[in-house]
Formats: sequence, structure tokens, C-alpha cells
Amino acid sequence: MSLKRKDVLGLEDMAAEEILLVLDIASQFRAVFDRPVRSVPIMRGRTVVNFFHESSTRTRISFELAEKRLSADIVNFSVATSSFTKGETLRDTAENLQAMKIDMLVVRHKSSGSAQYLARVLKCPVINAGDGCHEHPTQGLLDIMTMRQRLGDLRGKRVTIIGDIAHSRVARSNIWGLGKLGAEVTVCGPPTMVPANVARLGVKVEYDLKRAVAKADVLNILRIQLERGAGSGFPGNREYHRMYGVTEDVVRTLKPEAFIMHPGPMNRNVEIASEVADGPRQVILDQVANGVAVRMALIYLLSGGDPGALAPGEAA
Amino acid sequence: MEWSWQRIPGEYLVTGVRLIGGGKVSARPGFLHVKKGRLEAIGEGRPTLAGLPELAADGLFCAPGFVDTHVHFREPGQEEKETVATGSRAAAAGGFTAVVTMPNTDPAIDNAGMVRYVSDRGREAGLCRVLPAGAISVGRQGETMAELGAMVEAGAVAFTDDGSPVQNGRLMASALQYARLLGVPIMSHAEDLTIVAGGCMHGGYWSMRLGLSAMPRAGEDAAVFRDIELARATGGHLHVAHVSTRGAVEIIRRAKADGVRVTAEATPHHFSLDHGRCRDYSPLFKMNPPLRESEDVAAVADGLADGTLDCIATDHAPHTDTEKELQFDQAPFGVIGLETAFAAGVTYLVRGGKLDLGRLVQCLTERPAAVLGLPLGKLEEGGDADFVLLDPEREWVVTRETLRSRSRNSSFLGETLKGRVLATFLRGRLTWHADDPSVVR
Repeated sequence: MSLKRKDVLGLEDMAAEEILLVLDIASQFRAVFDRPVRSVPIMRGRTVVNFFHESSTRTRISFELAEKRLSADIVNFSVATSSFTKGETLRDTAENLQAMKIDMLVVRHKSSGSAQYLARVLKCPVINAGDGCHEHPTQGLLDIMTMRQRLGDLRGKRVTIIGDIAHSRVARSNIWGLGKLGAEVTVCGPPTMVPANVARLGVKVEYDLKRAVAKADVLNILRIQLERGAGSGFPGNREYHRMYGVTEDVVRTLKPEAFIMHPGPMNRNVEIASEVADGPRQVILDQVANGVAVRMALIYLLSGGDPGALAPGEAA
Repeated sequence: MEWSWQRIPGEYLVTGVRLIGGGKVSARPGFLHVKKGRLEAIGEGRPTLAGLPELAADGLFCAPGFVDTHVHFREPGQEEKETVATGSRAAAAGGFTAVVTMPNTDPAIDNAGMVRYVSDRGREAGLCRVLPAGAISVGRQGETMAELGAMVEAGAVAFTDDGSPVQNGRLMASALQYARLLGVPIMSHAEDLTIVAGGCMHGGYWSMRLGLSAMPRAGEDAAVFRDIELARATGGHLHVAHVSTRGAVEIIRRAKADGVRVTAEATPHHFSLDHGRCRDYSPLFKMNPPLRESEDVAAVADGLADGTLDCIATDHAPHTDTEKELQFDQAPFGVIGLETAFAAGVTYLVRGGKLDLGRLVQCLTERPAAVLGLPLGKLEEGGDADFVLLDPEREWVVTRETLRSRSRNSSFLGETLKGRVLATFLRGRLTWHADDPSVVR
């Protein structure tokens, strides 16, 4: 089996088998990281464009590392340095890129739906690196990979996502992906961040943090967007921390083997207490490493890579 | 329809048509006798006169020219989207012989000179009656009342700050009170901006799923409620523009039962389409108010059926392809609607069992005319010969090529609709012919 699709825009439209295939290839790439030479020559001579129309550090570096480890040629451009500031439309930019014959586009954009739009316009594969409040599929995949490393098969496993679900692309990609793999997802936060209709995505909505985490196998704690201001839906960081911050007190109520994830960057002592962020339950750096592997796997598969051809000798 | 004229003669007969008026469709075919732009005679059966040129329109329906209380012709200032001339062309193609143009141009229509400017452009185009609405406030800033009296003298038929809802309740109250003097309605784009706060689609399941910012129903309901209470208090005539929520329909229904002077309109897209259409992020489904839920769509249709909502108005809002190719959250609000209004009505209201053809036509003719208090929307002997020939059974696919507006931002692109306006006549003169566009310049 191979990945029979042009683009990866979200986990909503990916089948469970596709997700598992990506994760399987990702774990093979993960093994490469421990070698003295960490790159493989799979993408030599091909050009990947990283188009970041919204500021990003981690995701961009992670994609760049993934591309470099596959030996791709890389072009980066971000909003500050592109002609977007002069009012060029996304279509014009896309058509220019097409004319320059790129092999793949990685796009981060503040508008929901922009990855879908580019995928329709461009002939080359498009990977969504986060579109507005919609989806962030590579984050979803790396989160799921991290969970599977500890929990194995996710069927029946309980995942609790805490934070601003309404505005989180990470939450949506987690919800869709985990749902496909049979996990039971609970979302938690104040009603201003967790509207009741989120339940229609197939998750349980729980407003009380202690109840939401009691049976969880894993907590995925979302970053609170401090910059949202009046529309943020909570009175302030101190109150958020008091009501929804994952503190050591909360951790003590967890199942003994339950662990803690965070997509970063963390607001210490807002959504997560510093002691928890540095504590023994967190797997945050595993997430970061898995992120590079997942992105390598997607780039490899979307560029026509045959999963069978990736011999253990080449990857390991 | 037999058609052999190169030019429309000064006096002629239209025969074999089923006449629509007063909410009814005549059982037997009838005729019109048009002379020098007026209706010389109208009746059932065959005309007794012989020897006049005759347009045999057997099997077609004949209705008064349509009246639209809400269009944006963008002139002056945004002529790349539409002009009074191109908008008039689209109006004629949709069967409209009178349209009320919104004042949110650049500069705004907020004084008598600007009102005359728009009227003059309409007369020059000569394809429909262009009736300007003036702005309520100077520069549409929502602060100081504009010179409504002078604008009425210049030909303004209504006042509204459409596009920019009047947030200042005191100003709205003054306008309603003052307009009583002038006998014209105050049209409300009812939206509480503090509730809607930067949203780009209806707040519900789809906005949540798509990650798009929400415009909750409450933003419309609260504003409609406020304006109705102001109309109740002042006795002014409030006309609620583009009603889209079940709640607003219900609030208006109750106000009418209480005797408040309120009228209201609904757009074809709001009685046809729901928010699920936004699923592919196409800005062709982005408008304000937004497409709402199926229960709202049904409530709007029911409101038209029981008269709570007086008329159908298109809120024809042209935008260029470039603007509508922006991302959903970046693209401007609005879709065009003149050319698809009748077909959307037949497709979604008549076939949907909400209205019969006679009532649909009433919502496009007599009822909007009554909202404006103007002698339009009727076929009467001695009156102007503004009429349309309709084929409610004809199916057509809405494509970019079928549209006459300067812009192509229709929500119905690609859809097969039933019901076609075959010809439009303004003061006896042909302004549109569906099968032979060359007849009209």
C-alpha cells in the first residue's frame, strides 16, 4: 500500500490505514536520527517550498529539518519577506510558484481553508502546516505517533484535550485522527472555548478539569493564545491557571501511567505548571523528535515514495 | 413565443398569456394592449382589435415588472464591480423594472446632488427605474443625520446606512421619527456589531468545524428587536432588510400582530441555501447576513408565505473575481442575485411547496411596491407597460456566460434552476430577451 493522494490538508479526510502507514514510515525514519549521518538521499534534486504566511518557529524548523534529512532543495519564504505585503493574492503567488516548477509546497496560513485552496490551484503536492483555526495535520500525526509509542493500539484509549478547542487547529486534527483510530476523546475548557457543538465531532465535552482527566491515559494540553485579548473567552491567565491549568495537584489525580503532551510553545504557569512541564510525566521532547519523522514520512510518501522500497538498511 | 420584430412597435398586442396579479394566476389566457408605453387594455380571452402587430406568447405567463428594494450598483466609486448601467442590464435580465440602489457607494449617497447623480445614470441606461436610497447619516458614519428632506425632494425613496448597521440607537430613533414627515421607510441592516465582532460566517456547526469566525444569530435578532421597539415608540416605518434568522422572523411576526409599522424583505439565498454550502471555503457563499441553518431557511420561506416577510429583495452585491478569490475570511461579503431571483423562487419556494406562482410573483411585484408606497408592481389600464413574460417550467444552468452583471459572484453558479424570465418590457419597450440577447444592446 502507498499513499494514494496528492495532498495532506487535514486528518478529517484521511483514512485510518493512511494514518497508520504514515506513522509506520515515520518510525522507520525516526531510527535514522540515531545514526552519525542523519540524512538519506531520497529527495535529491527536488525542490520543496516552505511558504509561511504566519509566524512559526517550531513547525518551520521541523519541516526544514525533515526536508534536509531527505536531501531536498529548500526554498523558504515568509510573509515578512514576500510580496504579500504588497497585496498580492494567494492565487497569484501560487501560480508564480507553479511556473517556477516546484515539487512540493508546505504552507502555513492564518486563513482557514487556504491549504485546500492552494491544493486546488497547484499541480504539486501540498502539505498543510496549519491553516487558521482549521487543521494542523502534521501536529495531529506527531501527537498520535507519540501516543502510540506508549499506548500501542489506541482503540479504547482515553485522550483528554484541554484548552481553546474552538480556535485550535491542533485540537481539530487530534480529534479527527484519534477518532479514526478508535480512541475516546474528551475535550475540556471553559464553555467560551469549548462550545457544546464540538460534541458533534464525536467527542465528549467536559467542563470540569478533574472529571475530564480522571480516567485519561494521556492529556494533550493546548497552548492558550494570550494575544486573543477581549475575544479570548477567559478573564485572564491567573484565573485560567486556577481553573484549567494542569498543576501537580491535577497530576496527582491521574492514573499512574498517564502522561502529558503539549504542542508548544508552552505558557508556563498558565495552561501547564512549570513543575509539570519539567516533570516525569511529560513527553514533550518526544513529540518534537517525532514531528521531524512524521514530516519526513509525509514528504517521502507524497513525492511518490514506495513504502516497500524503504529498506531497513536505507532508513536504519 | 413568436418573434419577428426587429424593433418594438409603438402599439402592439401580447396575446395568449396567463396573467398574474393580485396573488393569482388567470385560469384562461389573456392579452395586453400596449400603446405608447402604457397599457391601453388588459383582459382575458382575445382582444377585439385587429390589425395591430401581435406577439403571440401562447403558454407563457405575464406578470408586472419586478421591483427590488435592495441592490448595490456600486456607482460612484467601485465601477470595477458594477455600474448603474451594467446593474440595470442585470436587473432587466432578471425581470426587474424598478430597483432601489443602496447608498454605500464612494462617496456615499448622503445628499440631494448624489441622489440626482444616481437617478440620472439610471435614466441614461434606460433599462429599469433606478430609485436611489439615501444614507441615514452623513457619510454613513452613524453620527449625524443626513438631509433626508432634500434627498426625498431629489427622488430618494428610502433611507438606510446598509452595510454599516446604525449602532447608535438614538440616531435610529430620530431617523424613524423624522422620516414620518417624508413618508418613506427607514431600512435597517440589522446587526449588532458588538455581538458579531469580526465574524465571517454563521455561528454554528460549520463555523466550528471549518475553523471560521462566527456571526451568531443573536447579532441579528437583537438588532431587529431594538429597531422594532424604536419603530413602536416613534410610529416610524421600519423596513428590515435581508432577514435571515428564525428569531428575527418571529420577532417581526409578533410586531406586526401588535400593529407596529414594520415591513421586511428576504433574499433568494436566504430562502434557498444553508451554511453547509461554506464547506469548501468558497467565498461565493459568503455574505452578510450569512447563510444560516436549515431551520432558518425554512422560517424565512414560511415568513414569505404567511406575509410576515413582505417581499423578496436580492441584495445584489457585485464583487470582482479577484476579491472573491481571496481566502474566505478575507473576501468581501455579498453575492449577486438579480438574474437568479425568479428562478430561485420557482426552484426553492414554488417547487418546495411554500408558495404558488401567484404568491411568488406578488413577493416580487405588488408587495415590494407597497413597502415603498409607489405605484409600481401592477398591471393596470392606463398605467405604464412594465411587464415580464415568464416560463416557470424552463430549466437553465447558471453559468458565468448567462450572467449580464459586470460581476459573476453568484451562489447559484453551476446550479440548474427552474423558471426563466423570457422577456422584460419597460414602458412598453423591450429590455431583455432570454433567447435573443442581441435584441437588447
